[in-house]
Amino acid sequence: MNEIVTPKSLGLSREDLPNSYIGRAVPRPNARKLVEGRATYTDDVTLPRLVHAAFLRSPHAHARIVSIDTSAALKVPGVVRVFTAADLAAVCDPWVAVLAHLKGMKSAPQYPLPLERATWQGEAVVAVVAETRAAAEDGVAALAVEFESLPAQVDMETALAPGAVVIHPELGDNLVFTRTAETGDVAAAFASAHKVVEATFHTGRHTGVTLEPRSIIADYNRADGTLTVHHSTQAPHMMQNVFATQLRMAESDVRVICKDVGGSYGIKVHVYPDEMAVACMSKIMGRPVKFIADRFEAFGSDIHARDHRITGRLAVDAEGRFLAFDIDDLTGIGPYSVYPRTSAVEGNQVVNLCGGPYAFANYRCTTTVVLQNKAPTCQYRAVGHPIATTVTEGLVDLAAEALGMDKVAIRRKNLIPDDAYPCTSPAGMKFEGLSHHASLDKLLEMVPVDKIRADQAEQRKRGVYRGLGFASFIELTNPSPFMYGIGGAKISAQDGCTVRMDPDGSVVAMSGVTEQGQGTEAILAQIVAHGVGVPVSKVKVVTGDTRTVPYGGGTWACRGAGIGGEAALQSAIALKEQILEVAGAMLQAQGASLDIVMGEVVDKATGQARMPLAELGRIVYYRGDTLPKDLARELVQTRHFITKEYPFAFTNGIQASWLEVDVETGMVKLLEHWCVEDCGRVINPMLVDEQVRGGIVQGIGGALYEHCVYNEDGQLLTTTLADYLVPMAAEMPDMHVGHVETPTKESLLGAKGAGEAGTAGAPAAIMNAINDAIAPLGAKVLAQPFTPDRILRALGTIA
Amino acid sequence: MNRRIDIALTVNGERVARSVDTRLHLVDFLRTELGLTGAHTACEHGVCGACTVRVDGEPVRGCLVLAASLDGAVVETIEGLSDSGEIRDLQEAFVARNAAQCGYCTPGMLVTAADILTQAPNASREEIREHISGNYCRCTGYQAIVDAVEDTLKARRTREAVR
Ligand code: FES
Ligand code: FES
Repeated sequence: MNEIVTPKSLGLSREDLPNSYIGRAVPRPNARKLVEGRATYTDDVTLPRLVHAAFLRSPHAHARIVSIDTSAALKVPGVVRVFTAADLAAVCDPWVAVLAHLKGMKSAPQYPLPLERATWQGEAVVAVVAETRAAAEDGVAALAVEFESLPAQVDMETALAPGAVVIHPELGDNLVFTRTAETGDVAAAFASAHKVVEATFHTGRHTGVTLEPRSIIADYNRADGTLTVHHSTQAPHMMQNVFATQLRMAESDVRVICKDVGGSYGIKVHVYPDEMAVACMSKIMGRPVKFIADRFEAFGSDIHARDHRITGRLAVDAEGRFLAFDIDDLTGIGPYSVYPRTSAVEGNQVVNLCGGPYAFANYRCTTTVVLQNKAPTCQYRAVGHPIATTVTEGLVDLAAEALGMDKVAIRRKNLIPDDAYPCTSPAGMKFEGLSHHASLDKLLEMVPVDKIRADQAEQRKRGVYRGLGFASFIELTNPSPFMYGIGGAKISAQDGCTVRMDPDGSVVAMSGVTEQGQGTEAILAQIVAHGVGVPVSKVKVVTGDTRTVPYGGGTWACRGAGIGGEAALQSAIALKEQILEVAGAMLQAQGASLDIVMGEVVDKATGQARMPLAELGRIVYYRGDTLPKDLARELVQTRHFITKEYPFAFTNGIQASWLEVDVETGMVKLLEHWCVEDCGRVINPMLVDEQVRGGIVQGIGGALYEHCVYNEDGQLLTTTLADYLVPMAAEMPDMHVGHVETPTKESLLGAKGAGEAGTAGAPAAIMNAINDAIAPLGAKVLAQPFTPDRILRALGTIA
Repeated sequence: MNRRIDIALTVNGERVARSVDTRLHLVDFLRTELGLTGAHTACEHGVCGACTVRVDGEPVRGCLVLAASLDGAVVETIEGLSDSGEIRDLQEAFVARNAAQCGYCTPGMLVTAADILTQAPNASREEIREHISGNYCRCTGYQAIVDAVEDTLKARRTREAVR
């Protein structure tokens, strides 16, 4: 003890010692229950006197609610009660989703159900509660609701035009937020440029499609005034706060439990009015109410994302050096900013991230965030990243073309040098340490560029069009309070872990970060086993219960490993010190002369075994009378961690996509995909690799298939998995993942996030590959998703 | 609208008799009547495969089959396949390869993959991809799933060869 703990003294870079779990592909301890069908998702929970909710949803994009007749619904067998907006507003305060640091941002108050007007097709308007979901749906079918259809403002391009329907008249107009970041002299840079390239890109509105839909059971107990919520959420403490605040309760009277969560990707980190309605109804009825969205409801009411039109210009000098980026982003977010993260953050991220991998001096980027009568958009995996990467990397390829430069060479020339850190980007982002050049080197070891180019030339002679595309990216992880807290949102940027040794020497770790399949519990077990000195099989991890785990932010923005993992490591180290102090008293040795290896107290110098932890536990817990009276003996320690020096831990990477475009059909066949990413310390390479692959596939989805399509009246046309395409196994390529490790110095562990890297870079790599493939035909596509229709139009095959 | 029908069937080797609403789907029957929550619903349109279970030896979409039609049927769910040990090797390969992230698709994926093991023991990676193409997984990149199925096929072939 008393020695300073360092990554080296903890053996964080050794992999082969018996006790060393960091960097090892340990299987997930919770995987077995998943493969045996014995997990507990929210819908698997059932409670005495449980009733089920179903909602009547607005058939119009914009409509006044004229009248609601519930009499027939109440006669349907099994229906218990019907709730309208006013019933719920009596127990629940409305919320307004703005952040103070997004200057000038505005949004309208939102209620669990809308009081007067429905503002998107799919918005829940009336709730029916019944003994079964089927009966509740029968009740919904028997409701008589009269709507007066109102003109809808659907197109974001005209949302600010004179004569546009102002969705919330009290706001004055449909402008939610606008921000411009400007550095250097952009006009002068463009004036002096050797070449200027310009293009307009679209990223299609898409959504998360968690396979498990949004799910909630609210259970209000009148006897003790507590609300227990079983919830498929990523941020249980945030939801505890929201339920308590809106329902006027004490936070400690609300408990949020999330056991297994069937996918989230950012979709399940928001406040949904229908879920708030469920909590309200339980509070009013004093009995548990369950709501499980069906797929139709999911498409129309889960948050959407990425509805952007972005025009960008890049100025380069004669050597191909980047002089300036000038970017204009427009995004439509639906009728409300989503609470509490706000729907302005995606556009704000575009401003923060464009041009991110490159060294250049002059930057201007504006985002304009407007309202429209479509489902609300908000944060979805890799918020803003794929948009910023698409614009940046699309412009980089255009510049290479304009200069006749090789696409790798132009990147090599402009990527921020690996020895330039720490530094601040023109957008104002502080970079602690990135590895763009090392990552590019690694990528080029993996991608056989010469072979591919030779094949490409050969195939073209046969009329087969193949393309290779690259995309560098930066990824924002480990967010500090600068993301939400400074704006007034009650979203924790710190996280805690409590580690306890039980009498038999096994260890329980309770953490505020959550598990949605990333393997959070596995890496926490590895970290704690490593830190305390026990076999990983001896560590049990508990997450997802606000009554028992330390207060924290949950899992979003890739904070699980970097923030939650560091809290686990710090608490494990503290527990080890405490155990060694007790062991020292028992063994009449200095704590500092002892160590713990694989569950055994050993002599540090010789490695000689002194006492198993089970023996230490037996004495501490059952024969405390034999120990010195004043010995502190709590074998439980809690530590919380928050990043301090940098607002975010940026990571970086680069992807490459190799694909074939069928110029007859417009179909894209993916051949191979590569990603090199630097998430700092890799805790479990197997988990990181599959996170990256899963992220790539979601990026591919946005690039090629996924699209929430509305008609001009604001009717959503893609409401089943037959209309809305998601990637399937047969279309996906083999994906090769490589790593460069630049641990952050903010923490001992050095971990940064990896979950968004794949999604951040894949769409841009695919766009560039498609355009590389069809370049000989003089065609180019810039609007995602790159459907066969759009590709054939670009080729001039169809008009 | 809700007429009831009496059915008697075998589920995971146990005899079960119930009176069911005619509109009740098999997957909801398993989940709500029998507490077998391993099979999940995600699309309820027969598209995603999350609800896949076995009826009379064949993988079926539990969201498309009405429970009322199953009088006399033999149904096996992921719980039954786990207890019988029939796909223990496949499940271990899924764990070893991290072929499940959130696990929501996994029971359906395993029932489908179990079918490959018997129907196409020599399946190539492409054939495995084709075969599981009716089962959506939103978390993994599918690659680990393909790896796990391929590992299992290889191991079974090796065991056969030794025998
Ligand atoms: S729920 Fe049955 S196939 Fe999707
Ligand atoms: S593991 Fe989450 S959907 Fe497949």
